Amino acid sequence: MRTAISPLALRQPRSLRDALRILRDEGPLTPLAGCTDVYVGLNFGTLRDQRFLNIWGLDDLRGIVVRGDVIRIGALTTFAGIIRSPLVRRRLPMLAAASCEIGAVQIQNRGTLGGNIANGSPAGDTLPVLAVAEALVELRSIDWTRKVPFVDFYTGYRASVRRPDEIITAVEFPRVEGVQWFRKVGTRAAQSISKVVMAGVRSERPRIAFGSVAPTVVRVRRTEAALASGATLAEAQGILQEEISPIDDIRSSAFYRRHVAARLLAQFWAEG
Amino acid sequence: MSSKYRPIAFVLNAKRTSVRVHPMKRLLDVLREDCGLTGTKEGCGEGECGACTVIVNGQAVNSCLVPVAQVAGAKVMTIEGLKGRHRLQRAFAEFGGAQCGICTPGMILAAVALGPHPTLEQVRTGLAGNICRCTGYEGIYRAIRKSEDRSKKK
Repeated sequence: MRTAISPLALRQPRSLRDALRILRDEGPLTPLAGCTDVYVGLNFGTLRDQRFLNIWGLDDLRGIVVRGDVIRIGALTTFAGIIRSPLVRRRLPMLAAASCEIGAVQIQNRGTLGGNIANGSPAGDTLPVLAVAEALVELRSIDWTRKVPFVDFYTGYRASVRRPDEIITAVEFPRVEGVQWFRKVGTRAAQSISKVVMAGVRSERPRIAFGSVAPTVVRVRRTEAALASGATLAEAQGILQEEISPIDDIRSSAFYRRHVAARLLAQFWAEG
Repeated sequence: MSSKYRPIAFVLNAKRTSVRVHPMKRLLDVLREDCGLTGTKEGCGEGECGACTVIVNGQAVNSCLVPVAQVAGAKVMTIEGLKGRHRLQRAFAEFGGAQCGICTPGMILAAVALGPHPTLEQVRTGLAGNICRCTGYEGIYRAIRKSEDRSKKK
């Protein structure tokens, strides 16, 4: 293990209320759910946090329920739990599709939806899905509960409106009208951080979001509006290039990402 | 030295166990160092290779990514828990599923976690998190299939 663990501290809450109280009184503490990126960051030096709060045991934050038109997924629901859910497969197939392409079985059994959001990677595979589904993120502190539209959640690279004394407790999905679409482009069919990832909903009001092409997940609203108003695909692809800002990095180049994003848009718009 | 830590109790290979270690110590290190079970291997330390695969509450996980505090009260199974007698272990030995053997404990546990009668496609997907540098995977899939054939004959 390349990181010394002796300087690390882990608080063990007895309940969700206890966890929220500890966050308020003993912060800053980083909540730990499935931990699939924690030791990676600690070893690589990108995660400098040393004080952690173990929320893995808070079963209140698990479960998938439907209330009328709204599907509510607990933040600690794992990707395996999402994939197994008949409700999700029927009503949010793009979320199941994204979950299937995260890591591999071992990662899917531990990684959680709340963790994917909180980690805030620009390449997070569920994030474009949440953006086009127009999901709501439920945040709780000891004193309040609030729901933030997912599209307003991030304020910058790995930065969000989540306060240090808040935990993501659930994600709520309204009924999705239209055909759901998801593609992830990477080096292999598993265990790959994407070069480009895209989710879309095809309808009279198309919704399209990309990951790995900007510091955060990006809803390409001008591209959506162009397609909705009858622009040609070429015109929409041109507008798309103005709405994304990919970089060269270890996984891909800006040039390749722009090329692939345009092709994904074409596939999405042509299928149907 | 380690007595300042609270005990963390879990079931390991069907036996109740308790360790007094730092709660953030990786499950992989606890198994190898504190429990003396070196069958679980470290290949990458970042959840990419699957050599550290163990089964927790029936699910395959990368033990290099699990803080031991999070298995408190859980059922953990390592390769040693198969006692060398599992039909998959015999099949890997007999049908060329293992060469150097470093990926083998993880491969076998991933295969165990697949459940009964997987299709080849399900085997490929279920083992996609386990990397082998030696066999090219065909011997592994063959061993799993042969092991399945034998279990069906019974």
